[in-house]
Amino acid sequence: MNILDKEKKLEALEKELSRLDDEDSIQDIRIKIEDYKRRAMRNLTAWDRVLLARHKKRPTAKDVIDNVFNDFIELHGDRNYGDDKAIIGGIGKIGGHVVTVIGEQKGKTTEENIQCNFAMPHPEGYRKALRLMRQAQKFNRPIVTLIDTPGAFPGIGAEARGQSEAIAKNLYEMSQFGVPILAVIIGEGGSGGALAIGMGNQVFMLENSIYSILSPEGYASILWKDSSLAEEAAESMKLTSYDLKELDIIDAIIPEPVGGAHREPPKVYRAIQSTLIQALAYYDQQSPYEIKTGRYAKYRNIGFFQRFNYDNLKGVVK
Amino acid sequence: MKRERLKEAFERKKRFKSKLKTYREKPIPEKTPDVPKGLYEKCNGCKTPVVVKELIQNRFVCPSCGNHFRVRAVDRIAITVDEGSFVEKGLGYITLNPLFQDHYEQKISEYKKKTNLDEAYVYGYAEIETQPCVFGVLDSYFMMGSMGSVVGEKVVKSVEYAMVKRLPLVLFIASGGARMQEGIFSLMQMAKTSGAIQKLHQQGLLYISVLTHPTTGGVSASFASLGDIILAEPKALIGFAGPRVIKQTIKQSLPEGFQTAEFLQDKGMVDKVVHRHEMKTTLSKLLSMHAKGGRA
Ligand SMILES: [Zn+2]
Repeated sequence: MNILDKEKKLEALEKELSRLDDEDSIQDIRIKIEDYKRRAMRNLTAWDRVLLARHKKRPTAKDVIDNVFNDFIELHGDRNYGDDKAIIGGIGKIGGHVVTVIGEQKGKTTEENIQCNFAMPHPEGYRKALRLMRQAQKFNRPIVTLIDTPGAFPGIGAEARGQSEAIAKNLYEMSQFGVPILAVIIGEGGSGGALAIGMGNQVFMLENSIYSILSPEGYASILWKDSSLAEEAAESMKLTSYDLKELDIIDAIIPEPVGGAHREPPKVYRAIQSTLIQALAYYDQQSPYEIKTGRYAKYRNIGFFQRFNYDNLKGVVK
Repeated sequence: MKRERLKEAFERKKRFKSKLKTYREKPIPEKTPDVPKGLYEKCNGCKTPVVVKELIQNRFVCPSCGNHFRVRAVDRIAITVDEGSFVEKGLGYITLNPLFQDHYEQKISEYKKKTNLDEAYVYGYAEIETQPCVFGVLDSYFMMGSMGSVVGEKVVKSVEYAMVKRLPLVLFIASGGARMQEGIFSLMQMAKTSGAIQKLHQQGLLYISVLTHPTTGGVSASFASLGDIILAEPKALIGFAGPRVIKQTIKQSLPEGFQTAEFLQDKGMVDKVVHRHEMKTTLSKLLSMHAKGGRA
């Protein structure tokens, strides 16, 4: 029984609650709901979190922008080819800071999803993001990115216009900005498509978001030649916020209400807001040089390997 | 007293280095191309068998159709740099298994034996027609040249080595992308290597990347696409997503010649497609043109 089935059951209970009108049975059902939440909706498996991260009702980047930032003004286009609807960006205010916000936008309906290409950006999307980040650097504005994408779009046009170059160039440039970059993974953090706007000084994850090299389905089909093993793949890939915090890939987990962000969005918005304000205050104290070198050092040191030194060499080589 | 201590340290360093060398069971042979074991190798271009001896003499280019065979790191070094000039750096890295994937360690040790390499990337000091450079090669015979933690670290080390020695950097790319078995760590290598190239750029040093068959995925979307000058070998497959994934996604057949080196040159993503026979001369010309103006 995965989290979506549990959610259905919970919703049925809640529906029952709204139908009732006598005090006693309302109290009964309330206790039942709380009990169910505590018993069944906590301790999620990795696959549950994958399902929640992809949940249809999950707050999108636009929702987060509208509720976390004030006076947001959207800025369109990469000044070169077009405007990619999969990435939205602009300027907004948060807690006394003016920041550049860039987010990967999923739709809620099929129609919206077709328009924003299921949040799978083309090169012009990444170039738009880079243009806005350079602008932020010029005016010394911190950058906040909201990550929610299955990955960069694999298509003919995307390849012809240089998907690889666009992603690489973003990483290349992001490594040297003197303004802080704060990345928040709000849903799916899918491979290069997520990293291309996610090379932050600090990277946050909503509790039930995921961040991985590729989808669990893809992982299962590449490594195990069977995409139906996606659930097992999700478990072994270490893609949940808790795993990634433990591996030191991300800096903090932003808690979600029981059952996922979509059940009580305002709570999530408040949590994101306070996390961002705290981080922005921290970087207020740092010089551009410190911010730049701090970010460089963070990524320079990521790696899981071993190298011989003089001492442990003795044991191995006779 | 001080001198003695220094001497001691020097001796220790020497011992350490010699031990590192003995760690490798067999040293990388300098010029014994060893790709095909049989007498004939089938060409993927014209589907005819090619005599191996001829193939090697022809720098792994099919004599009849000009198809460029995939080349091992050892052979790439042999056909590109001056004989005896290559000095390998960055030895002694051990690949670990961060996600505790089944069979990963076993697979790595198999590839180690098969290719006689520690990992999919080799770098060192080299001279190309007497032009000095830091020379790095990804070997597509080692797990498709995929980038895990060790490859990422070694790429960054080679960039740092180039910065310390103030030498230009020449990288030959052949990679299927990120090393899936290392999960998120291999994704992060994209950021790590791209950041290192940025540093190199800030120091005004030249970086030439040569894209060979295949250059895809996370490697193509990081340091491979960041060369000051990007060369490519004819007909090499270059792209972000693999053709099969694209076909599955868009449910259309792909145009003729899509994602080849020539296609990318046509789209403005590659500076020049260079035949393998001209590669050495082209590189040495480019290096010499940057020797004076650059700070190398
Ligand atoms: Zn042939």
